[in-house]
Amino acid sequence: MTDEILKVRGLKIGATIYPPGEKARDIAIVHGVDFDLERGKVLGLIGESGAGKSTIGLASMAYGRGGVELTGGSVEVNGRDILKTGIRDIRSLRGGEVTYVSQSAAASFNPARKIMEQVTEAAILHGKFGRKEAEERAVTLFRKLGLPDPENIGERFPHQVSGGQLQRCMTALALCPEPDLVVFDEPTTALDVTTQIDVLAAIKEAIRDTGVAALYITHDLAVVAQVSDHIMVLRMGDMVEYGTVDQIINSPKEDYTKALVSVRSIEHEEKKPTSEPVLKVEGITARYRGTNFDVLKNINVDLHPGQTLAIVGESGSGKSTLARVITGLLPPSAGQITFNGRTLTPDQPSRPLEDLRELQMIYQMADTAMNPRQTVGTIIGRPLEFYFGLKGSEKQKRIQELLDEIELGSGFQDRYPAELSGGQKQRVCIARALAAKPKMIICDEVTSALDPLVADGILKLLLNLQKIEDVAYLFITHDLATVRAISDSIAVMYQGEVVRYGSKSEVLSPPFDDYTDLLLSSVPEMRLGWLEDVLANRKMESAGN
Amino acid sequence: MGPMTKLLVQRISLGLLLLLLVSVVIFVGTMVLPGDVAQQILGQSATPEALANLRAELGVDQPPVARYFEWLGGLLTGDLGTALTSGQSINEAVGRRFSNTLFLAVSAAVIAVPLAIFLGLLAVRYRERWPDKLISATTLTTISMPEFVIGYILMFVLGVQLRWFSPTSVGYRPDADLFTRLESIAIPILVLTLVVLAHMMRMTRAAILNVMQSAYIETAELKGMPMLKIIRKHALPNAIAPIVNVVMLNLAYLVVGVVVVEVVFVYPGMGQYLVDHVTKRDIPVVQACGMIFAAIYIGLNLVADIVSILTNPRLRHPK
Repeated sequence: MTDEILKVRGLKIGATIYPPGEKARDIAIVHGVDFDLERGKVLGLIGESGAGKSTIGLASMAYGRGGVELTGGSVEVNGRDILKTGIRDIRSLRGGEVTYVSQSAAASFNPARKIMEQVTEAAILHGKFGRKEAEERAVTLFRKLGLPDPENIGERFPHQVSGGQLQRCMTALALCPEPDLVVFDEPTTALDVTTQIDVLAAIKEAIRDTGVAALYITHDLAVVAQVSDHIMVLRMGDMVEYGTVDQIINSPKEDYTKALVSVRSIEHEEKKPTSEPVLKVEGITARYRGTNFDVLKNINVDLHPGQTLAIVGESGSGKSTLARVITGLLPPSAGQITFNGRTLTPDQPSRPLEDLRELQMIYQMADTAMNPRQTVGTIIGRPLEFYFGLKGSEKQKRIQELLDEIELGSGFQDRYPAELSGGQKQRVCIARALAAKPKMIICDEVTSALDPLVADGILKLLLNLQKIEDVAYLFITHDLATVRAISDSIAVMYQGEVVRYGSKSEVLSPPFDDYTDLLLSSVPEMRLGWLEDVLANRKMESAGN
Repeated sequence: MGPMTKLLVQRISLGLLLLLLVSVVIFVGTMVLPGDVAQQILGQSATPEALANLRAELGVDQPPVARYFEWLGGLLTGDLGTALTSGQSINEAVGRRFSNTLFLAVSAAVIAVPLAIFLGLLAVRYRERWPDKLISATTLTTISMPEFVIGYILMFVLGVQLRWFSPTSVGYRPDADLFTRLESIAIPILVLTLVVLAHMMRMTRAAILNVMQSAYIETAELKGMPMLKIIRKHALPNAIAPIVNVVMLNLAYLVVGVVVVEVVFVYPGMGQYLVDHVTKRDIPVVQACGMIFAAIYIGLNLVADIVSILTNPRLRHPK
């Protein structure tokens, strides 16, 4: 008996799609992938969206999400081909031999049932443990994963614990039945960086202590470098490169891997503040209706013409609320906003057309920010009619110019949003904002939903357009790499307050305040042993205090 | 006061307020009905003096606002008033009729509700396969036909041709034994079941299918649980609120909407009573029946609201 848990040979995965107005057809998602996984080892599956990483991960549980079908090859778990075995055997495999940790624990826990019931369910179902033993094991796992109050946390409901805690509960759920293999599907992607580091450390320790094998799926090479032994790079359903972590990170062979490793290489020279800011936020305090605490507390920031102010913070820090206040969607309870030398009225409906035109917005989800039943031409043409009254050939000419500016050809004018890729959709949203000839654009997490290489393209485009159009950006993001790439000045927000504010070079150089230090040191770096170094440093610091 | 208590108090007060508004609507609505009860009682040959005397005697010549408050006061003390045409207490007549109507409605509900939920679960389990399609096709066919059509068809087939049950409920006696009573209303029960089944079954199916899209169902599948167990343990608890909602709506319909069925089968329930007195322009009876129906409708929907509040884990277990 070898120590081989998983043996995948020539795995082919397909799906039937139903394009509107066309006949259903079969497409291939994964075109023949081979790999092995031994007991106690971790294989990182890395690639951009559509690479087939999750699909391959779920295939090791003989599961196809939606209409996905496993069409060829073999997947051997503990020596038997699970693509050929019956449903009973597959059921004993799922949740028994192989378990799964999903990206969103918040969605993957049943809101109506207690955490403990859900964590122990599979172990009891498969007869691995009795209820009492399973609950004891769960408590042990809760403690090992660093959850607060491990004896009682299982009695809570999913909505009663935080996102990071729930993600750890999900890991406990996966480890509870003592599986041979755990599939981790982007387990830290939805978390803030400061939370991610704790969950990552907890997962790594749990894998080491239990000797379980793991497939670790992520798009973030820096994260996977911390937990894996081997890495497989995937692209559009094909394996690009396979090697040890050291080899992939430090001496990648394939061009695509090199691009992934060197991503975020944008160099941006910081611009010095000019005399008069285009946007002046003074003493803004705001709260949501029906609540009794301030979401924003005395915010003071300036944005200079043609420059970028990055608002950085974790979820709940108030950065998007600030955007709502500036756009007039949420009138503040105190403070005032000066835009272009004029004081803005607090609420959006009372603002003159000129203010509306000069202050545009781009959103995180380009998908939902466009009417799916309008063509790209109509979407971009609307602000041209609305603000400038352009019609006919004049409007067409301007649409054409805008499409050229966002590096999409004239063929795109008649396309619908559904016919565009994620990056192309975001480009159309940028063109729509530019069509109004704004002085300032609020960019709310505009690259967060995009793959790293595509996001880089968008950032380069934004920087380029800034030069041509002399437009200022208020750039809201949680991603510090993006901040480095694009900003001239930075405001770090924490719990509704600006804790650090200044030019990029000032904010990113020591001495740091505690929060900025924590935030900066939590961003995964693409080197081996980074996680251990950070944790060791923190331990030393807390011992020093 | 916890957020849940607050919500519950809010819902119940809203329900009471709604009932008050309905009482105004019913009163005003019946005031503007054409026709004259005095004329109905005395006939076309009555002299104007006789009509005026009778109106004064019945109290219908009082100003409307005063009559409304008198009526409302009666309602609040449990007095539904007196029928103009017979001079009898409405309470007494309604009490008898109402228990008959409830008996019919409850009998139909006892069959229809569990059956609808079971069929809904079955349709989810075999989604897009023949059991699902068969269930949908059958229930949709029965709901598409007006209930009097189904009523007459079943009366003809089961009552007249096959002679399994009595074709009408004329022989219904409230003091007979349970079996005899059920036998005489078997066909109306069947008709009502067929009418409400489709709606409840479709909504159960939709509510559970909606929940089945959730990520936590995938989690359950990846735990290796069998499908029926997933539906029962993970999907159903999260679909209770919408299911209870549609069940309550249909229960209300069973009580309030039986008018047609009662008339078709000559069943001595509230519906018959109401229809009889509308034709006689006996306003107090119409008003009383209207209020009872409205109270049941609002009450059952209130129960549905309360259940959906009580089953929401976020409200039941605040942070």
